Amino acid sequence: MGFPHPSHERETPVLSKHFGNHEAIGLEGWRKQGGYQALQKALAMQPGEIVDIVKASGLRGRGGAGFPTGMKWSFMKPGDGKPHYLCCNADESEPGTFKDREIMRWTPHALVEGCAIGAYAIGAETAYIYIRGEFTEPLERMRTAVKEAYAAGILGPNAMGSGKRVDVHVHKGAGAYICGEETALMNSLEGRRGNPRIKPPFPAVAGLFGQPTTINNVETLVAVPHILMHGADWYKAMSLSSPKSTGSKLFSVCGNIARPGNYEVVMGFPFKDFLYDLCGGPPKGRTFKAVIPGGASVPIQTMEEAEATKMDYEGFVEQGTMLGSGGVIVIDDQQCMVKQIARLARFFAHESCAQCTQCREGTAWTTKIMERIRDGEGTAQDLDTLLSIADNMTGKTICVLSDSCAVPVVSGIKKFRGEFEALIKKTTYHPVMAAVA
Amino acid sequence: MTLSSTATLVHGHDEQYAPVFVGERRKELEEMFTRYPTKMACLLPTLWIVQEERGWVSDAGMAEVAELLELTPAYVKGVVTFYTMYHQHPVGKYFIQVCTTSPCGVCGAEDVVKALLEKTGCGELGVTSKDGKYTVIEVECLGACGFATPLMINDLVVESVTPERVPEILAGLS
Repeated sequence: MGFPHPSHERETPVLSKHFGNHEAIGLEGWRKQGGYQALQKALAMQPGEIVDIVKASGLRGRGGAGFPTGMKWSFMKPGDGKPHYLCCNADESEPGTFKDREIMRWTPHALVEGCAIGAYAIGAETAYIYIRGEFTEPLERMRTAVKEAYAAGILGPNAMGSGKRVDVHVHKGAGAYICGEETALMNSLEGRRGNPRIKPPFPAVAGLFGQPTTINNVETLVAVPHILMHGADWYKAMSLSSPKSTGSKLFSVCGNIARPGNYEVVMGFPFKDFLYDLCGGPPKGRTFKAVIPGGASVPIQTMEEAEATKMDYEGFVEQGTMLGSGGVIVIDDQQCMVKQIARLARFFAHESCAQCTQCREGTAWTTKIMERIRDGEGTAQDLDTLLSIADNMTGKTICVLSDSCAVPVVSGIKKFRGEFEALIKKTTYHPVMAAVA
Repeated sequence: MTLSSTATLVHGHDEQYAPVFVGERRKELEEMFTRYPTKMACLLPTLWIVQEERGWVSDAGMAEVAELLELTPAYVKGVVTFYTMYHQHPVGKYFIQVCTTSPCGVCGAEDVVKALLEKTGCGELGVTSKDGKYTVIEVECLGACGFATPLMINDLVVESVTPERVPEILAGLS
């Protein structure tokens, strides 16, 4: 639901049904909502059956990459004599994204249950939930939920009386965007600097502590209990874009918009209706100029593109961007695009782990040049220089942070070139005049 | 090497360094060891405990952690400096982080920063006010973008802050 606003009739609140409901936070309240029935059911099944149901549901990773969850789980080979791990990525740091925060604040037991089912399905004895250090309230709620679950025998050596061991632990990060990258998260959990690792080996072969590991986003894991309870067909049927994109998705909406918040809609929902109807359109007296629909790392959309978009993995790609994490940043006509893109570049420069030269140097120089254009000190060559740096930053590094910094710059210059040129030529940019010309 | 000898090796602020991991905190550490296959995995959590107890992570604190986890102090320092949330020097009683990343930036976060610097008397980012009460810094995305502009005051998140609300928020602290 559009937390902190009342649910909109066109939303489909599955994961967000209890946002704002204090009664669902604790174990007793959660049980009254049907909590832990899915885990009970799962523990009576064969792990392979659970993986098959998740595969059939078409659930794809909600953290950004959209990889099919069931397939990811099937890469794990239980019974090979090694320890196995499940990591839950709760390092939600992508600018514009705040969905996992609300999942953990309002329904911490849903995540405990999702982790326990996931761990059991992939044959992992231990699951670690890595939560960013700034999330003090979600951390506290998750720790309390895990404690309650152990005390009630839901977790531990004899999970729900099944005779099977399931351990879930909460791990607190310490401030680093890059730790949301899966292998950086594993390094951080091991007590190292959060530098991403070269792949291969992939986590399913050598992940956390060098052992086979699966890593899933919070929203992905909390969808699993619903899929187990209602079936793969139910999950597919609610989507307007089945079978490629299935189920419902949480979108966090922020920036210049009348009703910012978390909205849950089915895959394939029209983005235009989403922005103007559910979220209330632009703030009074303003108009929308641009949208960054999937967190700061995805290409910027013009309104023309955004209004033609279907909200699913393929729909966003068709309109020149990506679904990403579902963090929708809306920018209105009062904002200078150059200033906003410069700020994004600064973010990536700050967060670069600095192990790859292209990223360390590229993010810093991009920021420097963007800021001088912003300040009216840009030169005619700057746009070409920026594009050349961006080219050298794309597809050449261990992880995609470098690419993510290049993305808003390249899409910004392509779609809002007039604003850049006006600042360089020290003229005033008139969008209407530019459209006529 | 014993803990007390570690402490005497470190000069500067901490010649009187008293170990953090005694009594309950020591028990907490022993329990923590059971959750991970390596002692090193306890590094971030133990550094958090040092900061909770002392308000920051000193070289002596790092040395204590290093010894407990069978690491070198240099390794621990390498990890501490990677992460933004460990304070490597003392900070004000109220450590105020303002999110100024783009989603908050388009909603006026810069004005909130200005109001905070003025009303706390800090004047500059990262500088502690003369009375030792406040340190204000800009922070990258607090993950509360729908509630722009969020502040984090020590462990407390305050949502939807405007420059007008700053005096009332500061008054509520003391």
